[in-house]
Amino acid sequence: MDAKLKETILNPILKGNPITVLVLGICSSLAVTVELKGALVMALSVTIVTGLSCLVLSLLRNTIPNRIRIIVQLVVVAMLVILVDQILKAYSYAIEKQLSVYIGLIITNCIVMGRIEAFALGNKPIPSLLDGLANGAGYGIILIVVAIFRELFGSGTLLGIQIIPEAFYNAGYMNNGLVILPPMALILIGCIIWIQRGIQKDLQEK
Amino acid sequence: MEYISLFVKSIFVDNMIFAYFLGMCSYLAVSKNVKTALGLGVAVIFVLTCTLPINYLINNFLTSNPFGVDLSFLSLIIFIAVIAAFVQIVEMVVEKFVPSLYASLGIFLPLIAVNCAILGGSLFMQQKEFANVGEATVYALGSGFGWFLAIVCLAAIREKMAYSKVPPALKGTGITFITVGLMAMAFMTFMGITL
Repeated sequence: MDAKLKETILNPILKGNPITVLVLGICSSLAVTVELKGALVMALSVTIVTGLSCLVLSLLRNTIPNRIRIIVQLVVVAMLVILVDQILKAYSYAIEKQLSVYIGLIITNCIVMGRIEAFALGNKPIPSLLDGLANGAGYGIILIVVAIFRELFGSGTLLGIQIIPEAFYNAGYMNNGLVILPPMALILIGCIIWIQRGIQKDLQEK
Repeated sequence: MEYISLFVKSIFVDNMIFAYFLGMCSYLAVSKNVKTALGLGVAVIFVLTCTLPINYLINNFLTSNPFGVDLSFLSLIIFIAVIAAFVQIVEMVVEKFVPSLYASLGIFLPLIAVNCAILGGSLFMQQKEFANVGEATVYALGSGFGWFLAIVCLAAIREKMAYSKVPPALKGTGITFITVGLMAMAFMTFMGITL
């Protein structure tokens, strides 16, 4: 694998992470992270949609007139999201209900549109596909980290399995109800950014 | 009375930003100063209030088995097409007839087509099953206003924050997230209020 391709894949996961560095696609990352299961499904859906829409639009890039490109992009992305939505409805209805509107909102997820605009419209199909998948993965990692934290401390479980032993509760340990509520998701992501920028000093804003 | 209750509820209790995180991207990106925040906020109210009733009527049509088939799976693609087309038309009209407004609002209009708050409003409308167009419009107006309020508040806080000493690693994005988190906590006090 040549260096440029490797850069395309690794950059979105660490240095150019869509959530913590570019601040894209925040809406869903906050709302679906109450439980790990939902976060995993969401991460997977976003990765697939981003990758495939980048591939399709990269193939079409020379035929789309510049003036109407946003609508063309939206139609392609919407079609892929409908496919994901229908598949989820067919095979895991409970999760689809739990994620509610946020699956539909992948259409307007800034990561998808951002990668199409910034990368897929100017590059060949295969690098575009990889770029899309890598950005989806960078998004997914943050989602999973936040979800693990929130489910573990909010409900004492992971993927629905009890992690914190019963003895803790008997000794007076209590689940932190605040972690499940919306504000904590924001503060958690703020802290992840804080840690990341503490380590990678070149990302700090002036 | 019902309408007033729905309006107030959609501003404070079901606030687009603090309860559902919708439109977060542009919310964080365009809240550096109050003036631009006002422009984007007004644009969101306008587009939301215009597209949501249209989508409500379309959704009613799609779910009524128009051709003997349930077409509700098409709702996503039609909602986004309506929003994108509406934004494009408004942009062209404003550019042609009110150039001064276009200069101040114009740059935000294309941003709005991909603002989750607009599509999110339509999707929540689908979920909440409003009884008539009036309710849907009031809901749209309320949530748009809630979004407007949230972005103007954050912009005001960020303007003040420019003068405070923030740890270097937390500067910019990090501290903004934590600020929004604290604001969301404040808004949580409205939870459970019934009118």
